[in-house]
Amino acid sequence: MQKYLKWSVMLVLVVALISLVPMGCAQETVIEEGDTYKVGAVFDLTGPTSNLGIPEEYTVDMMVDQINDNGGINGHPLEVIVYDTEGDNDKCALMTTRLIEQDEVLAIIGPTRSGTSLHILDTVTTAEIPLVSCAANIGIVTPVGERYWIFKTPQTDKEAITEIYTYLQSANVSNIALITDTSGFGAGGRDVLIADAADYGLTIVDDQTFDNDDTSMQSQLTHIGGTDAEAVVCWTTDKDAATVALDMQTLQMEIPLYCSHGIANMDFITAAGDAANGVIFPAGKLLIVDDLPADDPQKDVLMQYRQDYEALYGEGTMSTFGGHAYDALSMVVIALAGLDEGITLSDARTAVRDGIEQTTDFVGISGVFTMSPTNHLGMEPGSLAMIEIVDGEWTWLK
Amino acid sequence: MSADQFLQYLISGLTIGSIYALVGLGFTIIYAVTRIINFAQGEFVMLGGMLSFYLISAAGIPLGPALILSVLIAAAIGAIMYLLAIRTARKASVVSLIIITIGAAVFIRGIVGVGWGVDAVRPPYFTGYKSISFLGAYIHPQDLWIIGTTLVVVVLLHLFLSYTMVGKALKACAISPVAAGMVGINPRAMALIAFALAAAIGGIGGVVMAPSIGIDFNDGFKLGLMGFVAASIGGFKSPIATVIGGLTLGIVVSLAVGVDWGPFTSAYKDAIAMTVLLLILLIRSGRLAAEERES
Repeated sequence: MQKYLKWSVMLVLVVALISLVPMGCAQETVIEEGDTYKVGAVFDLTGPTSNLGIPEEYTVDMMVDQINDNGGINGHPLEVIVYDTEGDNDKCALMTTRLIEQDEVLAIIGPTRSGTSLHILDTVTTAEIPLVSCAANIGIVTPVGERYWIFKTPQTDKEAITEIYTYLQSANVSNIALITDTSGFGAGGRDVLIADAADYGLTIVDDQTFDNDDTSMQSQLTHIGGTDAEAVVCWTTDKDAATVALDMQTLQMEIPLYCSHGIANMDFITAAGDAANGVIFPAGKLLIVDDLPADDPQKDVLMQYRQDYEALYGEGTMSTFGGHAYDALSMVVIALAGLDEGITLSDARTAVRDGIEQTTDFVGISGVFTMSPTNHLGMEPGSLAMIEIVDGEWTWLK
Repeated sequence: MSADQFLQYLISGLTIGSIYALVGLGFTIIYAVTRIINFAQGEFVMLGGMLSFYLISAAGIPLGPALILSVLIAAAIGAIMYLLAIRTARKASVVSLIIITIGAAVFIRGIVGVGWGVDAVRPPYFTGYKSISFLGAYIHPQDLWIIGTTLVVVVLLHLFLSYTMVGKALKACAISPVAAGMVGINPRAMALIAFALAAAIGGIGGVVMAPSIGIDFNDGFKLGLMGFVAASIGGFKSPIATVIGGLTLGIVVSLAVGVDWGPFTSAYKDAIAMTVLLLILLIRSGRLAAEERES
């Protein structure tokens, strides 16, 4: 009997504790004058795509220092809480929930990759908090009716592929071969490559795939070599693209290699060495900023970003991926600057969302952005440049 | 498929297969002596590759000595892993020991990721990058090194096991640890040698394949898995069987890409390889069962 009594007292206590928790939260946080504005970030700081996530974190750190040195946002210091997703969907969702509930951030930037971004759409939509993704897949912001809280900054696969196909068409190429990886990025690119080829008079004569980190792509390339393809289009990120370039060199294939904007960093050139020369890909103008004409609207912003970034982290370290985080955080900061004082957390989140949606002619690293209720990417055309690697350097194909 | 192409698929398959075989050899050696499947085997390969890169580019040691040093360090880490993780838990069941090796793998991967970062590295090629033309097909000089090293390693290993005292003792342990103990062979010393030897062979694999495939802290798992498959096809029996298993797997994977089987494109290459593995295992287990019935 004694034992049962003990258990029932425990039970009552536990039930009481559980019911107390929501009551404690009923008092919603109010943001007062001078309070720190907290923004969350989820990036791939470790794992296979850490070379994309690390420049994003570096960029955010740099911007936070710059903003706070200049007195913050209307007297509010800015804090960005960065968590590592490890490139893992579940870890990313966990960290996002932590940002929303425990850290009470006003908006979230990231995640780094399409896969992780798509994975947390429901979490942020249910929590009613704005998210500005740094990933490529167009599905992150479409259909826009279901993506009320979601925005993104990088160019989509579609824009990059349009750029490549337009270039191929002008070079009078008609037969192409695809080699893509089986990850979210490669498979997403492959879908668009297949769907759009006919619009540019292109025929896909071979369609090969590989898994990330496969040790060799020679067999697939040998298969391509047996067709009458005039160009190879490869959709993957830098490490595997380097393997493709190196294997094409080994097989002494003469046809040109076109890659995605996923190779827009020095890692690709370092890894592929001599085989990188002649590779053509579309990328943000950051890589060829010195060649841009003075009247290009992005020139000043790009020069400043590169100067600031390389002063902190070293010569030749900047990449377009850091630029995606720059654009995302900048738009959040502009929206934060329009906040009223003394409003509740949920009202502030709504106001930040509305502010991001009203972004007009924001000149960023990846392009010039004008958001609207029907367009949550908002990038104006002409944001990409076709680049060829010549003697280990990026060269603009004007 | 033209004859040139067929030859190219074979050559590419031999290279991939040699990589699998080099990883698989370590599994076979440790399994034979201790009955443990060492899931940290792929990590020794990763370590060999990473060590060679950092010794050459950061420490500035010339290629030859750097490669030897990488292999020796990998072997030492293998021995330390045995002494610290396996020997201290020797009373545990084999299944527990296998789980310990998974823990060791995660540990090694984590240390390398934190210490050297997560970026892929490519040490320099041993002898340039100009590919060699051979009857209409091409082969990269580094791939010749990979294939050649595999053959040399398996021949040396065979000679070691057949003609030296220590090698014979290892073999005796593999056949019957109890009987080996009775004639004065120390099974724990043999297990230590097996771990160091397996780690050294993994390290050799790492240093020859790293320039060709590029290596990062995370690669050990996938390489280990393919090596495990190679060793399974070989039946964990002998080094030669393992190498045959690895080469078979490599060639099947390569040809699976080359042959146009209607809707089966290169996306199915791993599925085809795994089907071949299943068939081989099924046939073998049937034969084993038959042998048991007879005896």
